Amino acid sequence: MTIRLSPSIEAENITVSYASGVSAVRDASFKLGASTICALVGVNGSGKSTLFKTLMGFLTPTVGTVSICGMPVNMALKKGLVAYVPQSEDVDWNFPVLVEDVVMMGRYGHMNFLRIPGKVDHAAVDQALERVGMSDFRKHQIGELSGGQKKRVFLARALAQGSEIILLDEPFTGVDVKTESAIIDLLRALRDDGRLMFVSTHNLGSVPDFCDQVVLFNKTVLAYGPTPTTFTEANLAVAFGGLLRHVRLGGSDLHEDGDERRVTVLTDDERPLVLYGERDREKHVKPERNGIT
Amino acid sequence: MFMSQVLDLMLEPFAYNYMTKAIWVSALVGAVCAFLSCYLILKGWALMGDALAHSVVPGVAVAYLLGLPYAVGAFTSGIIAALGITFVKRLTMLREDAVIGLVFTTFFAIGLLIVSINPTSVNVQSIVLGNILAISDEDVMQVIIIAAVSLTILGFKWKDLMLAFFDESHARSVGLNPWALRVLFFVLLSACTVAALQTVGAVLVIAMVVTPGATAYLLTDRFGVMICLAMVIGAATSAFGAYVSFFMDGATGGLIVVFQTLVFLTAFVFAPKHGRLAARRASRAAVAS
Repeated sequence: MTIRLSPSIEAENITVSYASGVSAVRDASFKLGASTICALVGVNGSGKSTLFKTLMGFLTPTVGTVSICGMPVNMALKKGLVAYVPQSEDVDWNFPVLVEDVVMMGRYGHMNFLRIPGKVDHAAVDQALERVGMSDFRKHQIGELSGGQKKRVFLARALAQGSEIILLDEPFTGVDVKTESAIIDLLRALRDDGRLMFVSTHNLGSVPDFCDQVVLFNKTVLAYGPTPTTFTEANLAVAFGGLLRHVRLGGSDLHEDGDERRVTVLTDDERPLVLYGERDREKHVKPERNGIT
Repeated sequence: MFMSQVLDLMLEPFAYNYMTKAIWVSALVGAVCAFLSCYLILKGWALMGDALAHSVVPGVAVAYLLGLPYAVGAFTSGIIAALGITFVKRLTMLREDAVIGLVFTTFFAIGLLIVSINPTSVNVQSIVLGNILAISDEDVMQVIIIAAVSLTILGFKWKDLMLAFFDESHARSVGLNPWALRVLFFVLLSACTVAALQTVGAVLVIAMVVTPGATAYLLTDRFGVMICLAMVIGAATSAFGAYVSFFMDGATGGLIVVFQTLVFLTAFVFAPKHGRLAARRASRAAVAS
């Protein structure tokens, strides 16, 4: 039994620029620790994917440092501390691999240089598939699966990898509601197990539902911290700058008495974020999961 | 009596040393190229194989001029072309196909220019169309070394390459270096292009590094199986092409590629899951149910 490292991601004043000279991230700092699900929220083109690419070592900050579990990114990656669940658009679904082959890829870091799986590896794959409920599909080619099933396969790969940190890129796009709650349950279980999940999403409604931390991002970190205090209407207005649909009900539209409380709905066409309460004391409303349409 | 005559006729090519040599070398080249073709077609880099084949021409011409082994020259210019393509693509906003087209035609043109200025140094036709039947022992040795080294490396690294090609981010997360693996792949591809140059010539190398993989892709959903099938197809069609060229007195390269295409067409129609007939059966079953 190996000693588990306590997961952490720390970015200190990082600036990331492309060869063309455009800097996609400027002077961003944040710190995440163990037993956390943190949402990375921002508009398209806000540099979310640049940040992820930096965490995966594809890009190196021109200024500042990123450390993962206290190590430089490349060393942490070499040790297999970070698993990555890609966006569906980034996967070639016509690639001739079966579901179990993909999950087995999670074990490569644990195998010798010929990548011949042993008993432990097969057991880890079986277990991971079982955990995401995809055991019956193990012999299917990945392109034959539905959107939700595809996501679960790549989640299973991250589980089989056994990394302390899991990066998820838009895990809810193209996913049915049932799978969404299954993924959320799984992430919660992993959090309770001490892991760190960093989730890039623009599904605002689900954020208060399962993320305990939020990083609001647009070229830099606009705000970060615990969801209840950070994921506020005011902060979101800054992060999205008028790009959200915004519906507010209050006063006589909502109450017949002088009740000051009001309902605010924020959405970018995914699941909406609903806030209710008196001005600046509004709380996240978590609708019944089954009631979402 | 008649049977034994037919048998004699069929075995006749093997009586000639140059034919046996051509058959074996073709099979070897066919197998290695087929291995690489599995990666090439999945990455949408088929054009890259064509580009490399054309880009080695100036290297060959210069090597002849300087009296160097021709594989060395070909290999060097292939690598320069591949790196050139990568760098131009990185530094400009041009699409990959435009960059590939630009670089490889430039190299091919330079090659033809060098050859035309020194017409005695090398036979253009043997570079462009290949001439396996007249391969020298020295060249056979070169091909065998290239093929053996490539197959050994691929044998060790095929899974890492698959991962790097399938999912670069994940490859990084298990500690691989996708960039280095990509360079390794292009080095192997350049080397095998050089080997294939003698068998089928620069113009048809593209078929060797595309068709077997494309055929195998229709026959399986597993990458490992795909590689095995592609290698069998590549080796068998190449050997058969060389063998038949004895009777037809035709260009070996042309025959090999025609056989590869026939196998592809068969798979295209009859493949158990991804063939046209299977697709028709499936849609009919869907309508019926």
